[in-house]
Amino acid sequence: MVTVYDSSAAVERIDAQAINSAHIRQPLYAPRRKIFPKRVQGTFRRFKWLVMLVTLGIYYLTPWIRWDRGPHAPDQAVLVDLANRRFYFFLVEIWPQEFWLIAGLLVMAGFGLFLITSAVGRAWCGYACPQTVWVDLFLAVERWIEGDRNARMKLDAAHWSARKIVMRVGKHTIWLAIAMATGGAWIFYFADAPSLLDSFIHGTAAPVAYITVAVLTATTYTFGGLMREQVCTYMCPWPRIQAAMLDENSLTVTYNDWRGEPRSRHAKKAVAAGRTVGDCVDCNACVAVCPMGIDIRDGQQLECITCALCIDACDGVMDKLGRERGLISYTTLADYNANMAIASANGSTAPDPARIRDADGKLRLDLSLFSIRSMFRFRTAAYLLAWSLAGLLLLYGLLMRDRLEVNVLHDRNPQFVLLSDGSIRNGYTVKLLNKVPEERVIIVSLDGLEGATMNAVGVDGPAARSFAVRAAPDQLRTLRVLVARPADRVDRPSEKFRFVIEDRASFETDSYTATFEAPRP
Amino acid sequence: MSEIERDDVTGVATTGHEWDGIKELNNPLPRWWVWTFYATIVWSVGYTVAYPAWPLVSSATTGVLGYSSRAEVNQELAAADAARSDYVDRIAASSVEDILADDELRQFASAAGAAAYRVNCVQCHGSGATGSAGYPNLNDDDWIWGGSVEEIRQTIAHGIRFDGDLDTRFSGMPAFAGVLPNQEIARIAAHVVSFSGEPSSAELAQEGASLYADNCAACHGEAGEGGRDFGAPSLADAIWLYGSSEAEIAAQIRAPHHGTMPGWAARLGDATVKELAVYIHTLGGGE
Repeated sequence: MVTVYDSSAAVERIDAQAINSAHIRQPLYAPRRKIFPKRVQGTFRRFKWLVMLVTLGIYYLTPWIRWDRGPHAPDQAVLVDLANRRFYFFLVEIWPQEFWLIAGLLVMAGFGLFLITSAVGRAWCGYACPQTVWVDLFLAVERWIEGDRNARMKLDAAHWSARKIVMRVGKHTIWLAIAMATGGAWIFYFADAPSLLDSFIHGTAAPVAYITVAVLTATTYTFGGLMREQVCTYMCPWPRIQAAMLDENSLTVTYNDWRGEPRSRHAKKAVAAGRTVGDCVDCNACVAVCPMGIDIRDGQQLECITCALCIDACDGVMDKLGRERGLISYTTLADYNANMAIASANGSTAPDPARIRDADGKLRLDLSLFSIRSMFRFRTAAYLLAWSLAGLLLLYGLLMRDRLEVNVLHDRNPQFVLLSDGSIRNGYTVKLLNKVPEERVIIVSLDGLEGATMNAVGVDGPAARSFAVRAAPDQLRTLRVLVARPADRVDRPSEKFRFVIEDRASFETDSYTATFEAPRP
Repeated sequence: MSEIERDDVTGVATTGHEWDGIKELNNPLPRWWVWTFYATIVWSVGYTVAYPAWPLVSSATTGVLGYSSRAEVNQELAAADAARSDYVDRIAASSVEDILADDELRQFASAAGAAAYRVNCVQCHGSGATGSAGYPNLNDDDWIWGGSVEEIRQTIAHGIRFDGDLDTRFSGMPAFAGVLPNQEIARIAAHVVSFSGEPSSAELAQEGASLYADNCAACHGEAGEGGRDFGAPSLADAIWLYGSSEAEIAAQIRAPHHGTMPGWAARLGDATVKELAVYIHTLGGGE
């Protein structure tokens, strides 16, 4: 026996319609239908506020963290120093040729995204994506000024009045301020934040700073305030890619129609008329709160960013009605299919709510409900392994990288020079990379090529097998080195040898295998 | 005016044109296209007023904005000159030795000299400054007129056997064809080869010794060491401007080639000549 709750008084039906319902769907290039998401409270909403706080906090505050690196390096913890081609991240400083570390991080981010998606679906879209976070923020502002869903719809439909103008101007002003703060925060990652803020305010910052802020202000305002869900639906490739990441064990926001259908607005009447009714009272709360403007009851859709606000809305309604939460829930397709099989007697009939409840009207115990175990499976383990492997390789590369390097270029023209005493000279461009923010004395010496001596242009001293030069802190020093070998020692047209560099204070060495060219005998 | 005909199928008016029974429909252009077209016409009028546009007999209208691409280039060149002026002024005021001793100035001068070299010098001395027969290699350490940076500067500034400059480097070895018989010239050539290598015949070289002492040593030195004061090349080293074989040397004794180089000071200015001298010096052969 199905218990029928008197719901008509407790739950008011909202006049909401999914923007992508099949029966109102328009051809391509149809104008956008405005969405007025309703305020909602609940677990996921609280979690989203928290994520917003953390992500925005990281974004806005990171450039202001100071980090002492001594007198020869900037004291900003995170800094992309484009002018000097250095990237600083707390303990780590990388040069452009170490950009593969960033590429490695992107590989990790990719695998991380695969892992998260295969485990919990589009969690990135629903919680952490900047588009989602900023749209959420912009919506909060809109709601604060114009009121909740109904008030906003009314205002939108109303003729222009002083009140409407004030509200609209206020809203767009705050939006623009947020957008500008967004663009403003971005530039601080590329220069010393306090001094840039000062020069920015006084109008003396570089034009690129103002241009960047202007562009990011425009895009943030447009994407976050005006375009909103259209960015996710039409511009972003991730909704299309995610299909390959999801499988029947991935958690997605699901309307459990095996317990909701047949939905009924007047459950009591329907039961009295002898019809079966599901838990869904068709109140449209899930549609009204959706920032994407869709109806989750239509099934999985590419528009759904799995922000789970419909779960909060429906749980609130279920609480009011005194029914179990989870009519809309994070569910895997496997669980859903199992439950649907029970409700529909393996698909032989339409879902019948009676089949999933026991004699007391409680949900049957053998239903498949959320289990953390769905996250542990071969696929997620493989992604986790790949992610960890990439991370370990990166860490290894980071710890083992050279902080002192030498690169050598042989002169292309001429390959060799005949000197007046018959000896042969080769010219090299030797680049010493001192990657630490301290001055070092570097000893450059020849290894192999017996009998040869060398000179460096601008370095005094007689021709010898080695010489010492100073390398400025965190700088590259380019030397022109001339290696000469007496005629009687030259017996081959091409001979390999090594340039060895050494910092005797830190015991770091590096070498480069170069070639000594000579005329054919 | 005849009545406008309408197409039966589409209901669109036709233009009245007909070819083999095919009629042309008179569909208007899209409005956005038309308005964009009008806008470009309006824009073009403003443009030709604002910018140089209309050709006149010997010039063109200058436009009210006073824009000129030539003026813009000049402005950019002036800006580039201004950006370099700090270094260029210091180079103009310093001796080449001082430039060479100063790390920063040397690097700038060497880079600027390399650029000037590519424009003015590669035609003869080659892109790698290796020269060729008759055109000296500037990388090596054999210098006819001296290899210190100041001597190199002097040579570049005033040229070699250059008519347009009284201070030019000048030397002229007499032609010995007709003065000495060919057999004697061959002996001298063999003797010259013996300074740095193996002559074709030791006997021949021995016979050439006294002839060399009488005719050549005054300029080229007893042992062929050369004399920079006269611009007489060393005959005792491994580097030969006109060839190292006895036949080539004999040919040079009979009728010497005399290469020339223009003086560059008047054309490039002192600062650029200094930059060139520093660049040549740092190629590796500088003394």
